Amino acid sequence: MIPSIPQSRAFQVGYAIYIVVFFTYLFAPLAVVGVFAFNDSQFPSLPWRGFTLDWFFSDTGRIGLFHDDGLLNSVGTSLKVAIGVTVLSVVVGTLNAFLLERAQFPGKSLLFTMMLWPLVIPGVILGVSILQFSSTVANGLEDVFGLTINALRPGLPLVVLGQFSFIVTIATLVISARLRKFDLVLEEAALDLGATRLEAVRTVTLPFLSPALIGAAIISFLMSFENFNTTLMLVGSEAPVTIRMFTQIRDGTTPVVNALSLILMVVMAMFALGLLFTSGRQERESTA
Amino acid sequence: MRALATAKLEKPERRLSLILLLAPAVVWLGLLIIAPHIQLFALSLQEKIGPRLYETGLRNYVEFFGESIYWMTLIRTTALSILATALTLLIAFPVAYYIAKMLRGRTKSLLFVLALLPFWVSELIRTLGWIIILRETGLISSALLSLGIITEPIELLGNDAAIIIGLVYTSMLFMVVPLVTVLDSLDDRLVEAGYDLGGNGFTVLREIIIPHAMPGIVAGCIVVFMLTLGNILTPALLGGKNSLWFTDQIFQKFIVRFNWEQGSAFGFLLLLTSSLIVWAGLKLTRQSLATTMR
Repeated sequence: MIPSIPQSRAFQVGYAIYIVVFFTYLFAPLAVVGVFAFNDSQFPSLPWRGFTLDWFFSDTGRIGLFHDDGLLNSVGTSLKVAIGVTVLSVVVGTLNAFLLERAQFPGKSLLFTMMLWPLVIPGVILGVSILQFSSTVANGLEDVFGLTINALRPGLPLVVLGQFSFIVTIATLVISARLRKFDLVLEEAALDLGATRLEAVRTVTLPFLSPALIGAAIISFLMSFENFNTTLMLVGSEAPVTIRMFTQIRDGTTPVVNALSLILMVVMAMFALGLLFTSGRQERESTA
Repeated sequence: MRALATAKLEKPERRLSLILLLAPAVVWLGLLIIAPHIQLFALSLQEKIGPRLYETGLRNYVEFFGESIYWMTLIRTTALSILATALTLLIAFPVAYYIAKMLRGRTKSLLFVLALLPFWVSELIRTLGWIIILRETGLISSALLSLGIITEPIELLGNDAAIIIGLVYTSMLFMVVPLVTVLDSLDDRLVEAGYDLGGNGFTVLREIIIPHAMPGIVAGCIVVFMLTLGNILTPALLGGKNSLWFTDQIFQKFIVRFNWEQGSAFGFLLLLTSSLIVWAGLKLTRQSLATTMR
């Protein structure tokens, strides 16, 4: 079953057809979402009533995407959350990478295993555990010190913390994989040339890490932007776009959701290709 | 080399930098992972006996086993998750094999990238696609209608099959990637040797390819199973109001009914089920979490 072993014609054709069917299956739902953004109908469903751009631009009768303040605001909310999660995850992920790759201390392998835990805990559980823990802390602070901390109640700060709690693991893995390939001699050369430790890290090590830092940032941003499970449990009155779209789709929606989806798909495809480009460059560099 | 670099630091300085590097990890794991889960467990042992009055006991767990709808839902969720995982593996394996072994060079990387691309789009958008395909006024129903196969529109949403379709679709990436990686490392000469020694397609698959692919199969299955078991979006949108998915029960307890004690018990039971099955999978195949995740 490899090219060097002859196979019957029927088998080869059958296999190729299977692959074509598979890729049709992969892309059909996405194509469908995109196409129905242009259907001149109240619902994203058949029959096809003709082509329209109403679901993007209309502001009379039908509310198109660019006039749908609720939906646009939710995109803004998601961007805010995603930026917070990305900054936190990349900074802590970088520190974790140095900790795992450079420092020697007892219990290191246990710490590494613990860092992987957030990936095996269902997102819903991460969400509820942080929800009830922060509420308990908030209640305690209120009872004992009379302090009111709204950030500990369901809302965007908690959403950021909840998403960060597992996205940082992925950032850590991406960045430490790159740091492992770093040749320490380079840093020592900088030290010999009179740089301080921090200068050496800043001028030599961090530039070397930059493809991984960019990669980790893109992954963190996307995972945050698309997160649903953890967010659902921690969200307050300001809903990020996934929560808003979920409610709208569940309760029956106009094709305005398709219009937004189409735009998000295009943006995400660009992100994906950008990441592919940086990781491709990274691989070429490391093999060169 | 490592010793050389650290030797340049004085001892107190080294301690300080270690503490500074450890601090964020300890705060993160301590305050966002460990303490909340300990608290979750403690809360699950609280029985409400009056307003703001609690005592410690197992009532929340007893209620779970006493009320058949609860434990049936957990069993149902676990069983459907295992089914979805198995289907994902069956569908993904031939594709991963094709990409890893039948293709070379540019076509290979192109097809691999194509297989990953849909998963950059959020699960919500992918599920919306399936809704439009499966709904009563959707693509399949309309196509069957216009072909004259059915006379009335059919609703394909709101049943277990729809949930499975959505879960399998949404999990595909996490199966394809580890399978392609592991199959890529299979030496073609081993396959050729299998044929030279008189094997046929089936025996080579069973004796050479699948044993070699085992770590990838296990990694893919574990990730897919966990994501499926913990999924809340797909069952809610494709399974309708009564999807009876366990995560939905947890959501109901916490957010709708505000019964956090019972919700915590449910959350812990889900965590336990998931960990138990992952652990069993790792033990059965002699893998470890650290090697599977890398």
